[in-house]
Parts: sequence; C-alpha cells; structure tokens
Amino acid sequence: MSEPARLWVFLAASPLFWLTATLSTYAAADWLSQRANRHPLVNPVLIAVLLLALLLTLTQTPYETYFEGAQFVHFLLGPATVALAVPLHRNWRTVRKALAPIFAALLAGAVTAIASSVGIAWAFGAPFDVLASLAPKSVTAAIAMGISEGIGGNPALTGTLVISTGVLGAIMVTPLMNAMGLTDYRARGFAAGVASHGIGTARAFQVDPVAGTFAGIALGLNGLITALMVPLLIGWLRF
Amino acid sequence: MLYAILMLLGCQLAGEVLARGLALPVPGPVIGMAILFAALQARARWRPDAEDVSSLPLGAAAAFLLANLSLLFVPAGAGIIRQTAVLTAHGPGLIIALVGSTALTLVVTALVFAAVARRTDKRHAQGRET
Repeated sequence: MSEPARLWVFLAASPLFWLTATLSTYAAADWLSQRANRHPLVNPVLIAVLLLALLLTLTQTPYETYFEGAQFVHFLLGPATVALAVPLHRNWRTVRKALAPIFAALLAGAVTAIASSVGIAWAFGAPFDVLASLAPKSVTAAIAMGISEGIGGNPALTGTLVISTGVLGAIMVTPLMNAMGLTDYRARGFAAGVASHGIGTARAFQVDPVAGTFAGIALGLNGLITALMVPLLIGWLRF
Repeated sequence: MLYAILMLLGCQLAGEVLARGLALPVPGPVIGMAILFAALQARARWRPDAEDVSSLPLGAAAAFLLANLSLLFVPAGAGIIRQTAVLTAHGPGLIIALVGSTALTLVVTALVFAAVARRTDKRHAQGRET
C-alpha cells in the first residue's frame, strides 16, 4: 500500500478527521450564508449536509464511521437546549405578557403540523409506517424519533424527515412572513419554532433575539404537546 | 467557564434523570432548560441587584452555543445518505407533504399568534393606563 493510501485509511477511520470535516463544511456553509447576507435560501445546515453527503458518498464512508467523529458536535445539542433558558430568562417580561397567544398558536400549529403532513402523504398513498414516521416531523429529533418508534414508524426515517422539515421551515419562514406583512417578531419566531424546531430556532436567532427566544419556547412546548397528541391522532388512522 | 459548562451539563443530567425516572414524554434537555430557567428566575428574585446573566460565563457559553445552533444539526442531517431508498420510493408525496405541511404550519401558527396577541396586547396596554 502506498503512503498516501495508508494515511487515508488511518484518517478515514479516525474521529478527528470526520469531526474536522463537519466543522470545516459548516464553516464554509456559514461563510457562504454570511456572504449572501443571511439570505434564507443559502441555509448553512442544508449546504453543510449536502457537502458532507457528497464527501461520504465519494469516499464510500459508512455513516456510522462518520458519526464516530461527528458525535461530539451532535452531543452539544443537549447543552444547547438547556442554554435556551438564558434568552428565555432575559426576555421573560415580554414572554409573560404573551402567554395567551403562545398557547393558542401552539395548539393551532401542533394540530396543523400533524394533520396536514399525514393528510397529504396519505392522499399520495404512503403506507402506514411512512405516515407514522412523518406525523411527528415538526418536533425536535429526540422527541420525534421516540414518538415514531412508539406508534410503529421508522425512527431513522423520522430523523431524516425532521431535519428536512427544519431546513424547509428555516428557508420558508422569512419570505412567507414578509409576504403576509407580519412584522411581529414574537409571532414570526414562534411559528418558526413550532413548524421547524431547532433549525427554525437557529434561523430565528439569526434574524432577531426576540424571535429566537419565542422559537425556543415553541420548540420545547411543541415537543411536549406533539408527544401527547400524535399517539391519539394516529390511533384514529389505524382503525 | 468551567462552572458554566458544569451548570449546563448538570441541568441536562438532572433533566435526564427526571425524564427517565418519571417516564415523562419530554426529553431530558428540555427539562434541563426548565430547571436552569427556574434557577435564573430565583437568582434574579433573591438578588435583584446582581449583574445580568449575559455578563457571566454562563451567558457567554449560552450565547456561543446558540450562535452556532445550526452546526449542531449537521451530523444528524448527514444521516440522509442512509434514507435515500425510502425517500426516492415515496419521493413526490413525501416532498409535497413536507413542503405543504411546513408552510401551512408556519402560516397558521403565526396568524393565530398575531390575532390573539392583538387582543391581549391591547388589554395589557389598558392595564398600564389604569
């Protein structure tokens, strides 16, 4: 085996390489997003994921090998969720005054997310396991995969649908809200969090701190309400 | 910074223990967020003259994590390479369901929020006057 080939065999299996690859593709994607003035279409998650998918396919690296390195980044999702308490605390005066709109919008948004996704996919003839994997798509991956497993879906497929929903929501939220002429950043952020969980929240923090705070609240509350509602709604579908 | 990291991890750990111990339908980190929030609220109440959390290491750690929140979804997102078979099998239906449902959810949530907020904001404003 030649020296470069030997080096590659070592690198391709080491967590260091794939951790660095994750950070550098994201750094490149974020640089592009900044250059584009944070245009919603230039979404950093989407670009980084596409670059990595290309790299993994070209090098024929199994996802499991990749994840051994990337898990260190993935792990930080937990502490980052806890960290949402800080903007929530700092903006608590604003939040406390908006409790009525928060709960009304939460209920309307959670039902819409579940019913519309399952309804559309059902109309296209998707089988039950795909519907069950799709139903919790708007909530954060950890909750969604748990729900999916509990109702007979495929958790790995749910994970992918959750990320896709997040990216779609992050891309669509700004143009949709502008088209509706909605300037209330509480409403805009909250919608981003209900429809597209953490990736929508990341987008909201890019735009406005109040929008980010409301997105973070929506992310937590929608996880809870969807975990309670999906098993009930999907029960109707089965019988 | 050490204490800030310890605080975030400690809240997450406590949340995880509560979530699993009580079989709650919410993941540990979300309960950890509630614990940290309660702690910050208590701190502000008991020591109203204390400095704002944003000038503490905890504030800096939180700001760093939330400023790079998008990055943290990249490893899970790359998992899409394992799902290409299902995605192509149900392609158009799934894509239309994802796009349609996400757009509809955004619009419905924002409209309901704004409509209810218009009423309650008015009430809050009146409350201040009287």
